[in-house]
Amino acid sequence: MAEPAIKRNDESYKIVDEGIDKGIARLSPEKIEQVINKVLAAETGARLKTYVETCVHCGLCSEACHYYLSHDNDPKFSPAGKVKQTIWEILKRKGKVDPEFIRDASRIASTECNLCRRCAMYCPFGIDIAYLMSVVRRLCHMLGVTQLYIQDTAHSHSATLNQMWVKEDEWIDTLFWQEEEAQDEISSLRIPIEKEGSEIFYSVIAPEPKFRAQLIYQAAVIMNAAGVDFTMPATPGWDNSDQCMFTGDYEMMGRLKKAHFETAMRLKVKRIVMGECGHAFRSVYDVGNRWLAWKMPPIPVTHAVEFYYELLKQGKIKIAKKYDKPVTFQDPCNIIRGKGLHEKARYVVEALCEEFIEMHPNREHNYCCCAGGGVINTGPQYKMKRIKGNRIKAEQLFATKTRGAKVIIAPCHNCHGGIEDILHHHGLDMELHFLGDIIYKVMEKPV
Amino acid sequence: MAMHNLNTWDWETGKKLVVDTTKWKDMFGWIEEPYASPDGERIAAVVKTGDMEFSVCENDTPWQNTFDKIWYLKFGSDNRLTALVSDMGAWTVAVDGVAWENTFDFVWNTKFGADGKNITVAAQKDMEYFAVTNDIPWETRFSDLSNLTISHDGKRVAGVVPTVMIKQGDIFQFQEGCYSAVVDGKPWDATFVNLWGLAFSHDSEHVAAEVRTSLYDYTIAVDGVLWDKVYTSVWMPQFSPANGSVTAPVRIAGKWTLAQDGKPFWDRSFAQLWHHMYSPDGKKIAAVVATKYGRWTIAVNGIPWSLTFGDLITDAVFSPDGNRIACIGKEDGKWTIAVDGRAWGEKYDMVWQPVFSPDNRKVAAKVERNGHYTTVIDGKPLKKSYKALWNPVFSPDSKKILIKGIEGDPDDGKYFRQVLPVTDITG
Repeated sequence: MAEPAIKRNDESYKIVDEGIDKGIARLSPEKIEQVINKVLAAETGARLKTYVETCVHCGLCSEACHYYLSHDNDPKFSPAGKVKQTIWEILKRKGKVDPEFIRDASRIASTECNLCRRCAMYCPFGIDIAYLMSVVRRLCHMLGVTQLYIQDTAHSHSATLNQMWVKEDEWIDTLFWQEEEAQDEISSLRIPIEKEGSEIFYSVIAPEPKFRAQLIYQAAVIMNAAGVDFTMPATPGWDNSDQCMFTGDYEMMGRLKKAHFETAMRLKVKRIVMGECGHAFRSVYDVGNRWLAWKMPPIPVTHAVEFYYELLKQGKIKIAKKYDKPVTFQDPCNIIRGKGLHEKARYVVEALCEEFIEMHPNREHNYCCCAGGGVINTGPQYKMKRIKGNRIKAEQLFATKTRGAKVIIAPCHNCHGGIEDILHHHGLDMELHFLGDIIYKVMEKPV
Repeated sequence: MAMHNLNTWDWETGKKLVVDTTKWKDMFGWIEEPYASPDGERIAAVVKTGDMEFSVCENDTPWQNTFDKIWYLKFGSDNRLTALVSDMGAWTVAVDGVAWENTFDFVWNTKFGADGKNITVAAQKDMEYFAVTNDIPWETRFSDLSNLTISHDGKRVAGVVPTVMIKQGDIFQFQEGCYSAVVDGKPWDATFVNLWGLAFSHDSEHVAAEVRTSLYDYTIAVDGVLWDKVYTSVWMPQFSPANGSVTAPVRIAGKWTLAQDGKPFWDRSFAQLWHHMYSPDGKKIAAVVATKYGRWTIAVNGIPWSLTFGDLITDAVFSPDGNRIACIGKEDGKWTIAVDGRAWGEKYDMVWQPVFSPDNRKVAAKVERNGHYTTVIDGKPLKKSYKALWNPVFSPDSKKILIKGIEGDPDDGKYFRQVLPVTDITG
C-alpha cells in the first residue's frame, strides 16, 4: 500500500463546521496530550495494543472500503490509511499532536468512516478497524471536538433520552394519533400503551414519531393483524437509538441503554422487538449493553427483520398478493455483519415479493450506505462528501437496476438516508422502501 | 412505596366472586386489559360504550361519565381509581369516574403519595408545561417538564425543566447549562447541563438530583448545591431515612462505588452499581451490583452475595425490619426470586417484585409459566393457575394472603378475591 497522501486543498477540508472550529479553538497541545494519555491509559487496554501490534500494514483492508473505492483507490481513504493518519500517529507521538491534527482526526474518524466493519472481514487478522476509529472519536469527544449537528443530537439524547428532542407528551400523542389514523382502516386496531406483562415491547427510533410516523402506523397494523401481544411505553426509554455511541460519549450511551432496558423490565415484557434500524441494534445488542456490564441484552432484543421472519414463517401474517415490482435488498451493516440476519432477510423478501434480484456484492460483503456510523448525523454540509464517498454504491445500484430491479428494500433508517441521497444525486430512478412498507402493502388485513 | 391501610380490608378466609368478566363481552364491543384494586374488591377496564365514546367498567357497572379517550388506569393505595381522560380534546384526570375541573391540552405520568391521597400528573397547556396535584396546577409554567417526582407523602412535587430559552442547535449554549430542578413550581437558582433522577428526603424538605455540569463532569446536587467532587458518571441519589445524608453510585476510574455527601462511602467498587436502597431504619444500604462483567448480585453495605445471576437483577426489596432482602434474578433467559443470597429452586418465564410478610418471615411473588400465572410463597406454589393475576398481599398478622385473579377453566373469566391461610400454600 502506498503512503497516504495528505492533500489539504482537498474539498473535504473546506467544510465549515462550527462544532469543530470552536472545539479546536479551545485546544492547546498541552490539553490534547493530557486528555489523550488519560483516555488511552484508562480506557484502552489489550484490545488496542493487540490491534496496533498485529497489523502488518498489508493494505488488504483497502479494497473493503467504499470511501477508498469511490475515491479511485486513494490510499488516504483506505482503512489502514485512516488508522495511520490518526491513532497510529497519536500513539507514535505519545499524544503530542496539535489542534489541527485533531481537526483532521475528527474529520477522518467521524466523516470518512462509517464504522461499517466491512474492512474487518478483509483483514487477515480480523482487526476491527471500526474500533480503532471509535477510539479516535472518543478522544475527540473528550477534547470537545465534535461536528455540530451530531453533538446537538447527543444533547437531545441527554436531555430527553431520545434523539429528536421529542417531549414526553408529544411521544404519547403521536401514538394516539397513529392509533386513531389506523382505526379508520382497521376499526379494532389498538396500540396498547403501558400494558404491563405484554409479550413484547415495540421500540423505535425518535425519527419515527418525528418524521416517519407512518412506520408506527404500519407496525401497529402488522402487530394487530398477527395477533401479537405488544405494548409501547409512555415514558422516556422508548427510543432505542444512540448517536452518543457514535460521538464517543459512552457515559451517555450507557444512560440511554439503561433507560431502554429498564423500561422493558418495568413493563415485564419477555423481549424487545425493534423497528428497522441498524445502528440502534448495534447499541442495544453489542455496545451500549456491554458498557453497562450486561454481557448480552438483559431483555432479549429482536430486530424487525428477524421478527418479520418469525411472523411469516409461523403463518401469523398472510400475503394477499405478492409485491409485483422487481426488488433488490440492501444488507445493513449492523444487522448483517453485526447479527447475521441476511438469510432471514431473504426469506422475508422472497415471501413478500414476486421477483428478487440480488445486488452484488451482497450479504455480509455488501457495501455500506455511507450514512451509518453517525456520518449522516454530522449534518447536511457533509452530504456531498457522503455521496462522493459512496460512488461505488451508486454503481452497485445502477448495475442492479440494469438487471431489472426497480425497488430497493432497506431495513435500516440510515440506509434510507444514505441511499435516498445517492439515488437523487445520480438520478437513479429507483424506489426505496422498508420491509414494513412492503408487508403493509401485500398482507391480508383485518377489517 | 405505597402504604395500604391493610387493617380496613376484609381478611376473612374465603373466596369471593367479584365479577364474571366474560359478561363484559356482552356489554361492550371494546374491552381493554383489566386492573384490580389493591384490596381486590374492584376490577376495572377501559371499555367502549359508543362511537368514539369510552368509559371505565368497574366490576359490573360502567362509570356514568363517558369520554372520547381514556388511558392510564391506576388505582391509588387508598383504592381510588384514576384515569387520564379526554372530553372533546380537553384532557384531565378522572378519579372514580369524576373528572377534575381543570382541563389541559395533555396530561400524563400519574403519581400517588404513599397513602394515595395526593394525586399528581404532568400537564401541558398552550405548549407550556407544569404539574397538577389534586386538580391544582402550578402557577409557574415551563417550556418542558421531565422526571416528575413526588415526595413520600405526595405533598411536594419536583421535576426537571429548562430555565432559559434554548436556541435550537446551539450546542454551546446547551453546554453552558440550561436546565434546573423545579420544586412545587419554583426552580433552583443554579442551572446545569443536565439533571435526571430526583429524590426527596424523607421529611419532604430536600431534593437531590444526579446532574452533569459539563459534558464530562457528573455529580450530585442537593437543593441546588453541588457536591464538591465530580465523577465520570453517577446514578440516582437517595437520602438516608436515618440522618438525611445523601448517597449515590459514582463512577471512578471505570469502576462504580457508593459515595456519601461527595465522599467515598463503600470501600470497594464494582463493574456496575445501581438502584441502591435503604432499609426502613436507614441502617443498611443494599444495591444491585455487577461483581464483574456479566455477573450480577446484591451487595449489602458493600458486601456482595456469593449468589450471582448472568442476565440481570431487578426489583430488590428490604423486609420491613431491614434484616432481609429479596429480588428478581434472571439467568439464561429464566427468571426466579432470590432471598438473602439463595435462589428459589423453580424458574419461570416471568416473575414480579417479591413481597415480604409484615413479620418478615415469608416472601411471596406472582410468577408466570407457559402463559399461566400463580402465586409462590417461599418457593412453594399455589396449586392453581390464573389467566390474570395481581401481586399478592399478606394480612397484617402475616397468617393469610390475598390472591386476586381471573381464573381459567372451569370458572373461565371469573374474577375472584380470595383470602387464604398462608399454610395452604406453604404446607
